Amino acid sequence: MNLVTIAFKSIQQRLLSSSLTALSVALGVMLMVAVLIINSVVSGLFSQPSFGYHLIVGPKGSDLSLALSAIYRLDRPGEPLPYLFYKELKHHELVKKAVPIAIGDVTEQGSFPIVGTIPEFFDLDYAYEKPFQVRGQFLQKPFDAVIGSRVEAENGWDIGAEFRMIHGSADSGHTHDEKFKVVGVLKATGTPNDRTVFISLAGFWGVSGHEKPLSEALDRIEKFGYPVSDALKQKAATPHKHDDHGHDHDHEELLDEQKEVSAIFVLTTGTAQSIALAGQINEGVKAQAVNPVFPMRRLMTVIVGNIRLALLVLTSLIIVVSAVSIFVSIYNSMSDRRREIGIMRALGARRSTVFSIILAESALLCLGGGIIGLLLGHSLVFIASPIIEARTGILVNPLSFEPLELVIFPVLLLVGSLIGFLPGLAAYRTDVAAALSE
Amino acid sequence: MSLVIDNLKKSYREPGGGRIPILNVSRFELKSAEQVVLIGTSGGGKTTLLNVIAGITAPDSGSVVIDNIEVTRLNEPSRDRFRAQKIGFVFQTFNLLPAFSALENVLLGMCFSGKGTHRDRAVDLLNRVGLGHRMNHRPTQLSVGEQQRVSVARALANRPSLLLADEPTASVDTANQETILQLIREVCLEHHVSLLLVTHSPEVASQFTRVEKLSDFNRPAAT
Ligand SMILES: Nc1ncnc2c1ncn2[C@@H]1O[C@H](COP(=O)(O)OP(=O)(O)O)[C@@H](O)[C@H]1O
Ligand SMILES: [Mg+2]
Repeated sequence: MNLVTIAFKSIQQRLLSSSLTALSVALGVMLMVAVLIINSVVSGLFSQPSFGYHLIVGPKGSDLSLALSAIYRLDRPGEPLPYLFYKELKHHELVKKAVPIAIGDVTEQGSFPIVGTIPEFFDLDYAYEKPFQVRGQFLQKPFDAVIGSRVEAENGWDIGAEFRMIHGSADSGHTHDEKFKVVGVLKATGTPNDRTVFISLAGFWGVSGHEKPLSEALDRIEKFGYPVSDALKQKAATPHKHDDHGHDHDHEELLDEQKEVSAIFVLTTGTAQSIALAGQINEGVKAQAVNPVFPMRRLMTVIVGNIRLALLVLTSLIIVVSAVSIFVSIYNSMSDRRREIGIMRALGARRSTVFSIILAESALLCLGGGIIGLLLGHSLVFIASPIIEARTGILVNPLSFEPLELVIFPVLLLVGSLIGFLPGLAAYRTDVAAALSE
Repeated sequence: MSLVIDNLKKSYREPGGGRIPILNVSRFELKSAEQVVLIGTSGGGKTTLLNVIAGITAPDSGSVVIDNIEVTRLNEPSRDRFRAQKIGFVFQTFNLLPAFSALENVLLGMCFSGKGTHRDRAVDLLNRVGLGHRMNHRPTQLSVGEQQRVSVARALANRPSLLLADEPTASVDTANQETILQLIREVCLEHHVSLLLVTHSPEVASQFTRVEKLSDFNRPAAT
């Protein structure tokens, strides 16, 4: 038997009030753990330090919006770029690889974003030195599809599954008739690619309604400064078959002038070259080039950072409140315990010893609450991670652990000692003879 | 000599402002392993005397020497340690901790002596006082007689040289008074412990060979 077991006994003796106070600490710590982990997941997601490419090139506008739509598929894409622009960029001397994507549609089932792209998309690493791995095969035929691991899991699709897509968002758009067939399933990457369905650009354009009416397309490429032949202008002027979303699918070969892309992922020949290329593109009026690291970092510090701060302040307050309740509980018990303290002193306990016992008691309550809170917090994350994933697409490792959590323990020990100090002092000052004669 | 008291004085402050004298003992001795009963009226200062001897209450003047150590000159932490090691206490109201089992109460008695807790010894002591079958019972689950036995075992936990018993049978039912008293006297003999037992009851006092009337040597009025 030692001081800690004595303190523990005394906690046991007032089990209800002790467990309630420990529980309040536990709840505070639980929230803190959950906030820390979710925060680290979210910031990890948006502050992906590396991408498999240097730049995203897209329409002029907000760089953040471009990154959110092209990489995270969270924002709607802006006005697309002409395919001719992509062809020009692809042959730029600083460009090693350029991969166009077309976005804006979702799957009929599960509303997963659809990305039209070229097979080379999968040659780019999804993160630095992390190449895509596929079960089955990558895109080959126009109506092939490759799906991310979450799509597989949630829609229950496997190789051979067929699906249709919806133009625009699930609630406003209309369903296209064309069917796509899954030929490959990507291995989980922990990135938004897991929630994405990839189809080939040819297939994307093959879906009726995705081509721009020729006259509009010609207007736009002229604005981009590309020459338009008189023959084409002639063709545009003659009234043509289906300008509306035609329902006769003759699939005549689409002209390059009519093709469009939402964004282009660019791998340059080097880091310095990527800066040079971005400078050239951004000086011009056609498009913008963005290193996605920067807008995402801004988003993190401005919004996510402040939300995290607010949540941490809130949970700290909860812990303070529970600390006060521990204090009240111990302090109230002191008058009942005068006699016990007197007995221990009569048995030879020193003043400092009874002081330590009270201190140990409040430290035990705080630490015990902390450990329970830690377990609860991780259970919460464990239970919530699939729900978060299903609702937001953010992957949370149910077993994730934040080193910062460990700071809780010295903090709780300190708080516990502070709480125990005044009641401990009361114990220290107990008049033994008087306490025994009560 | 197990206990020597010299010129011991103790007074309490009166609510009015003056001091009310309680103890004034010029000389009191207790030989090694001797057993003495001290009989006195209620409010006569018996508890105060025991507290002063145990170093719980500081006297105004005078000295208390136990086993050749002048307790009244030790500083408080040393007095506490001395009390833990050398003095056993049996109280009128037992003073067991309610959250602790019988065994744990005895172990608690060993906790503050700085010599560690010895479970085997605690078990032996409980067996000796006839509670081998009640070790894990809480005080509330024991009869008053059993509770006082636990406190006797606890008092002997650190092999003290002096046992102070403050009206140990006053709260025990008459059927058990005799046996408790007998038990205390026997274990003190067995463990070679001196016994100073205070009581207001002539019946209790009649059991001892050496009986002292507190009023015979305590003259608080004569200052
Ligand atoms: N802390 C104290 N302050 C003032 N008076 C006290 C205190 N403790 C005891 N007394 C008084 O001292 C007297 C002796 O008390 P006590 O030693 O408990 O007597 P006994 O044990 O013989 O009944 C009583 O009159 C009591 O009121
Ligand atoms: Mg008394």
